[in-house]
Amino acid sequence: MNAVDPQLPIVKSIDLCKTYAGIAVVNKLNLEIKEGSFCGILGPNGAGKTTTLRMFIGQCPIDSGELTIFGKAMPENASLVRESVGVVPQMDNLDPDFTVKENLHVYGRFFGIPSSELKERIHELLDFASLQDKADSKISELSGGMRRRLTLARALINKPKLLILDEPTTGLDPQARQAIWQKLRELKKQGITLIITTHYMEEAERLCDRVIVMDHGEVKADAPPKKLIRSEIESHVLEVHAADDRLLERVQQDESVARSEKSGDIHFFYGEKLKVALEVLEQSTHDDYLFRPANLEDVFIKLTGRDLRE
Amino acid sequence: MNNAVRFLTRSTSIWSRNIRVWAKLAGPSLMGNFGEPLLYLLVLGYGLGQFVGEVQGLTYMAFLASGVLCTSAVNSASFEGMYSAYTRMDVQQTWMGMLSTPVGVGEVVFGEILWAATKSLISVCAILIVATILGLVADAWALFILPVAFLTGLCFASLALLVTSSAKSYDFFLYYTTLFITPMVLLSGVFFPIDTLPIGVQWLAKSLPLYHAISLVRPLMTGGEVSFVLPHLLVLITFGATAGILAAYRIKKRLIK
Repeated sequence: MNAVDPQLPIVKSIDLCKTYAGIAVVNKLNLEIKEGSFCGILGPNGAGKTTTLRMFIGQCPIDSGELTIFGKAMPENASLVRESVGVVPQMDNLDPDFTVKENLHVYGRFFGIPSSELKERIHELLDFASLQDKADSKISELSGGMRRRLTLARALINKPKLLILDEPTTGLDPQARQAIWQKLRELKKQGITLIITTHYMEEAERLCDRVIVMDHGEVKADAPPKKLIRSEIESHVLEVHAADDRLLERVQQDESVARSEKSGDIHFFYGEKLKVALEVLEQSTHDDYLFRPANLEDVFIKLTGRDLRE
Repeated sequence: MNNAVRFLTRSTSIWSRNIRVWAKLAGPSLMGNFGEPLLYLLVLGYGLGQFVGEVQGLTYMAFLASGVLCTSAVNSASFEGMYSAYTRMDVQQTWMGMLSTPVGVGEVVFGEILWAATKSLISVCAILIVATILGLVADAWALFILPVAFLTGLCFASLALLVTSSAKSYDFFLYYTTLFITPMVLLSGVFFPIDTLPIGVQWLAKSLPLYHAISLVRPLMTGGEVSFVLPHLLVLITFGATAGILAAYRIKKRLIK
């Protein structure tokens, strides 16, 4: 594929809509993603994240609106666009009939990459994914982290300009997650545009230079993570666990409490200083509380609510 | 690149993925290909042959051989197009992985049809070798059985994938095998000539593709005269092409949603 015009956004959608059984899963989505950005899409289950990503690669028909990837209209150019896109799906679909190396080879052949070229490429990718020792292992012999790294390596076989990752670290232990993060940062340095969905707020906070919060198919917020925390929410949170009503009433009387919420037996007080509230707690016998700076998770909860989703 | 060439190249990459998997397990697979028809031919051909004597001027074993060969083409392609394809479509999500590359649904489906027909060809080759050793093949004209078997494979692979497009689980395939494949095999002239059947049943058999495959294969194998080549081929092609196009359409609806 020809070089992408640097002025042109990698992804551009205008009023993009998708409805399943009368429910708008993606509702008038307007997005522009620039080349080289690392964009996180956050949202509760059913917010429309995966559907949006599936539309980006032509795996889901578009009901209305417009979508272009690399300036090419979708889904008409799905096949052409996918030549330059890497996909790490939510559910592993590595080929269990093949070894690690064969998985990469066979996948590369789907792109029409000649076998001679693939040999070197596979060598590089196994290095990148730290899977050199596992080249001839079966998929069933790999740990969860190794599988994800292999899926990532597989997604890079065609040297994509855009990498789409749907919950790439779900279910991994902290070490495996950090290994993936490190790889993704390397890719960002190479100039690849990355779009990731995740349920881990600290993951988005650390990796992404832009966070889009989606709910009910709509964009609720769209900014760099730090800016989102600054602009969308009070600077600090006081969590009081299992306290009696009289104490809570006194905490609430602090005038710097901008907002409060209850979830189960935890009370959340949001504000800038919360000095009086803290003094009240210190003087009381109750010691089960936590005072901390607000984070992306607080923003997320504020924007999407505390209700459980399916 | 020309569209047709690109379509074929991509379908071939699906086909070669499958043959790569097959190559890993070729041993047991080939044993099945050789062993089962050999058993059928020897046991039924010899055992029943004692009672039956000659059928249409052939020993019963020679008559049966072409029927067993065609049935094997039907079964190989059907199994591959149902159980194996369903595994790749649903259980392993292999097709979804392919659809993240430039490969499209039509190319996946056509690649799978080509592969299933190739499996038919492999099993038919095995039977042809066995039949030759048993002295059941008349002459070199029998080599023309191979393209007919491949076409039969294409036809039944397409039908199987059409069934797979609606499958919710493996059990669903029992409907198709019990209600369609088995009666068809019993009525299409595999075990006995169909002219002893009531005329209505004969027409039913003639409306299904297996009868036409056997009508071409039996004379090619036994040195008989091949007649109505074009109509027989047309039935196989029409069934295959219609089912193949419908299967691709329905599988696209199922996966791209």
